[in-house]
Amino acid sequence: MLEAIGARSVEELFAAIPPAIRLERELELPGGMPEQDVYAHLRELAERNTSAEDEISFLGAGMYDHYVPALIDMLLGRSEFLTPYTPYQPEISQGGLQAMFEYQTAISELTGLPVANASVYDGPSAVAAACYLAHLANGRSRVVVSRAVHPQSRETLRTLSHGYGTQVVEVPLRNGRTDPDTWEEAIDGDVAAVVFQQPNFLGAVEDAAALAAAAKRSGAVVVGSYDPIPMGILASPGECGVDVAVGEGQTLGNRLDFGGPSFGFFAATEAHLRRMPGRIAGETRDVDGRRGFVLTLQTREQHIRREKATSNICTAQALNALAGVVYLGWLGRAGLVELGELLLQRTAYLRDSLAALDGVSLLHEQPVVRELAVELDVDGTAGVRRVIGRCQDAGINPGYPLGADYEEHPTGLLVAITEQRTRKHIDRLAAVLAEAISAEQAGCGTREEAHA
Amino acid sequence: MADASYPDNLKYHPEHDWALIDGDVATFGVTWYAQDALGEVVFFDPPEVGTTVTAGEPYTEVESVKAVSEVVAPLSGEIVEVNAALGDAPEAINDDPYGEGWMVKVRLSDSSEVGALIDAAAYEAMLA
Amino acid sequence: MSREPSSETSAAVVASREGATPMQRDAAVTIFEKGAPGRRAFDCPAPGVPERDPLELLPASLRRGEPARLPEVSEPELVRHYVRLSRRNFDLDSGFYPLGSCTMKHNPRLHERVAALPGHARLHPLQDPGRAQGALELMWGLERALGEIAGLPYVSLQPAAGSQGELAGVLLTRAYHEAQGSRRTKVLTPDSAHGTNPATVTMAGYEVVKVATNADGGVDIDDLRAKVDEQVACLMLTNPNTLGIFDPAIEQIAALVHEVGATLYYDGANLNAIMGKTRPGDMGFDIVHFNLHKSFTQPHGGGGPGAGPIAVSERIEPFLPAPVITRSETADGPRFDLDHDRPRSIGRLRGFQGNYGVFVRSYAYIRSLGAEGLREASEIAVLNANYLLARLRELCGDDLPLAFGERCMHEFVLSATPLKRETGVRTLDIAKRLLDHGFHPPTVYFPLLVDEALLIEPTETETRETLDEFAQALAAIVGEAREDPQVAQSAPYTTPVRRLDEAAAAKRPVIRQAL
Repeated sequence: MLEAIGARSVEELFAAIPPAIRLERELELPGGMPEQDVYAHLRELAERNTSAEDEISFLGAGMYDHYVPALIDMLLGRSEFLTPYTPYQPEISQGGLQAMFEYQTAISELTGLPVANASVYDGPSAVAAACYLAHLANGRSRVVVSRAVHPQSRETLRTLSHGYGTQVVEVPLRNGRTDPDTWEEAIDGDVAAVVFQQPNFLGAVEDAAALAAAAKRSGAVVVGSYDPIPMGILASPGECGVDVAVGEGQTLGNRLDFGGPSFGFFAATEAHLRRMPGRIAGETRDVDGRRGFVLTLQTREQHIRREKATSNICTAQALNALAGVVYLGWLGRAGLVELGELLLQRTAYLRDSLAALDGVSLLHEQPVVRELAVELDVDGTAGVRRVIGRCQDAGINPGYPLGADYEEHPTGLLVAITEQRTRKHIDRLAAVLAEAISAEQAGCGTREEAHA
Repeated sequence: MADASYPDNLKYHPEHDWALIDGDVATFGVTWYAQDALGEVVFFDPPEVGTTVTAGEPYTEVESVKAVSEVVAPLSGEIVEVNAALGDAPEAINDDPYGEGWMVKVRLSDSSEVGALIDAAAYEAMLA
Repeated sequence: MSREPSSETSAAVVASREGATPMQRDAAVTIFEKGAPGRRAFDCPAPGVPERDPLELLPASLRRGEPARLPEVSEPELVRHYVRLSRRNFDLDSGFYPLGSCTMKHNPRLHERVAALPGHARLHPLQDPGRAQGALELMWGLERALGEIAGLPYVSLQPAAGSQGELAGVLLTRAYHEAQGSRRTKVLTPDSAHGTNPATVTMAGYEVVKVATNADGGVDIDDLRAKVDEQVACLMLTNPNTLGIFDPAIEQIAALVHEVGATLYYDGANLNAIMGKTRPGDMGFDIVHFNLHKSFTQPHGGGGPGAGPIAVSERIEPFLPAPVITRSETADGPRFDLDHDRPRSIGRLRGFQGNYGVFVRSYAYIRSLGAEGLREASEIAVLNANYLLARLRELCGDDLPLAFGERCMHEFVLSATPLKRETGVRTLDIAKRLLDHGFHPPTVYFPLLVDEALLIEPTETETRETLDEFAQALAAIVGEAREDPQVAQSAPYTTPVRRLDEAAAAKRPVIRQAL
């Protein structure tokens, strides 16, 4: 090969690199390993994690341990879906493009909004992207966000809005929901977007239609961040007057994966079509009149509009979105509703079981559909953490401590279920939690420690 | 689309725009060269009536499948009419750039600017 | 793969005359057009708890009016539908994919196996760090490896993709300058830059200023000198750049940028050329992003997922996205944690800790290859690219000349301008004709500063035989274009659909199935 090139050595091909910046040693990395040794090493690392396979987990707070049907593993493992690049050559990418088109249709149906893109990175970045869209749409400089929006979504929004110069204002909660009066007061003619979450971070179902209506008058873009599973039974964003509906897509057929990759979905009213971020697949015909699919409205995107693009997104989450549309097809029209009703019943049972325990009280009494917040009668967030630790030692992960994100609820605990958590699991949680709380209340020594 | 043509009754801006001047109102559009360079136009973003435009500054955008192009105002003034038909049929910009493909009508604010525009012969010479 | 030019020409013409292939006759039907009312795959478990009145739990006012009109199909239908769709995709496991700037190297299947282990795949992101030590150790190890490869020791794995890594980089730059009390307004990018660079700059609130390219394909130093001033926050560069050329003046460029107090940002899209050979940190860069879905084998998935970690120098470190992974020594050995208490951090760019599933795959790759393997990967990537370039020059150098320079790094840009001038066959036509030969075309019409560009990146995982076949196919297409340009201009013929009307799709967008 060197002969064909006319070079004497491979080193000669790197001649453009000035000597002063050449690396004259090997990288300091562990030596290479054969496949079976790498497998053994990665397996050993996996075994040092406590996964949802190893304990009965009630952790949610943005990602949920739903069952991923086996056919998703099979389909996503197919080379034809796993290994292509973004479909820049549509004639040989019809499978991926049609799947995007079907995905967009499913998200549009789910949200009740006419246009959806082919995915963004995840839920929190989708919230920030929605607010950037609003900023492009009306040029305004303030975003009003409910404090019951996922703390990570709010933080992502603050990070990104600092770049393009938008101020973020938080609206506090009342009885577990966005305070409607403060919400309304905060919205004026300078507000680019308002953001709420449904169900909110504390598990409460918001009155989305009322929140949207309060914002409509000001001309702000109404952004709702939704959990897609309960959308089967909750009023859709479209029905509530939401302009842009986004959310974390992990619950749709994606694994937990310690937080990613999953996908963010992004749907909007027709008016925002040309401001949408990311890829969009569209239907067309080939020269012989056959139905086919292409990436469309590409002039919005970075590779064409460059500094004037509606977003810088390039590689997104196509494979994860494919899992999403396959999952929605698997659940089907009736299944999504049945799953929502199932979660509703089990969450009610969970709430009753926990409320009956000594040392546990409900943080709010709003409707809940898959997750709820309680307060433990222990000493501060450290006490909650110790209770969680005791439960985990007994094989139960009782949920997420709220104190780190909500100083107004230092002893809050967020408890979530999926269809994989049965009555037996809930009963076991109640028993273990009661024991852990009473041990915590009895353990004065550790309480002293917490004060120190 | 038809062959290249640059009508003599129009005035041209070097950014490939034309103006048809009728008293204090002028009609604007893009030249045959501009539409050819752009390829098949798929979207025209209509500006609003009442918007002020400035000579040499962009007042709208046209898009082909894989390009976006700003359209520059050859003269200054206020938009009094927009070719709404381009919303549904942007291909008129390709098919008939000096007729059905017109973009806006503008009430001119400074008629002296007309002197800065060039005639068809000068524009064609510039393209050559 | 490729056939003789003459029979190829006639075969294609005959194919189009004779009619459609079986796949072409199989018309596209979406999942929403299949199935029947009441049909289903999902078997919902019974609640198994004392049932309450659903309307008492969730009042009608909060409920959905109409169910979402999702498909009603059986599991076999669902499987058959998506398997059928998959067959209408070309993919890296089926053939050569020399898509420039995308580094389509082999994706080892081991990575899929280890990523699917429940200890990784079913680990909740909010699990207590003490019970996620394996995951945090893996991330720590990946951070150290990426830091060493970049020559910049401080790493955040969080960004979800290259474009988010870029945005993190520019926001870090902003935070750095703000901490210095300096307000800057501009970011410089070369005119050969990826489109994500200028788009990112705008999102981060800066103005884009383009720097020209010199005759050798490098940064035009005079132009840079004229534009770099105290208003410049950052220069974003790729080296080797999108022309596949290593800019030998990089030290001078770095000095000019640092003289005015600006940061130098490295777009890691082309890192595959230099692993173990030179390091961005040693070149003078302050911030680097990696594309784990390019150099580090994360499968592209038809458009993601990827991951875009960043590595930075010490002066940028305090501003890294939170949380960061920490390691401490305890009596029981090392302990890993997530540090959220980072007061000067730019904050987070997305949820949780990043695309962990991607980290598992890239970590497995780095552990498989080790230092020597990574260096060899870059060496062979560059060797393969130069070999393919040499073959193409020999076979069709007059029609498809190299746009800049003599040799290349891991990729190179040809221009089809001479061929277009003489035959009317454009780069797009060549790309479409390559589809009939069973190859994925190179990146076309990028970089923008080359007319009729073909950006070719073979990667290190292709054999010499494949490179030869590809070169012969390209030569055959050029030969065929000289005989009968119409053949390429009407291509492709054998793909599931033929050339698609993208203008119609953009004019009257149909972006969902009508129900």
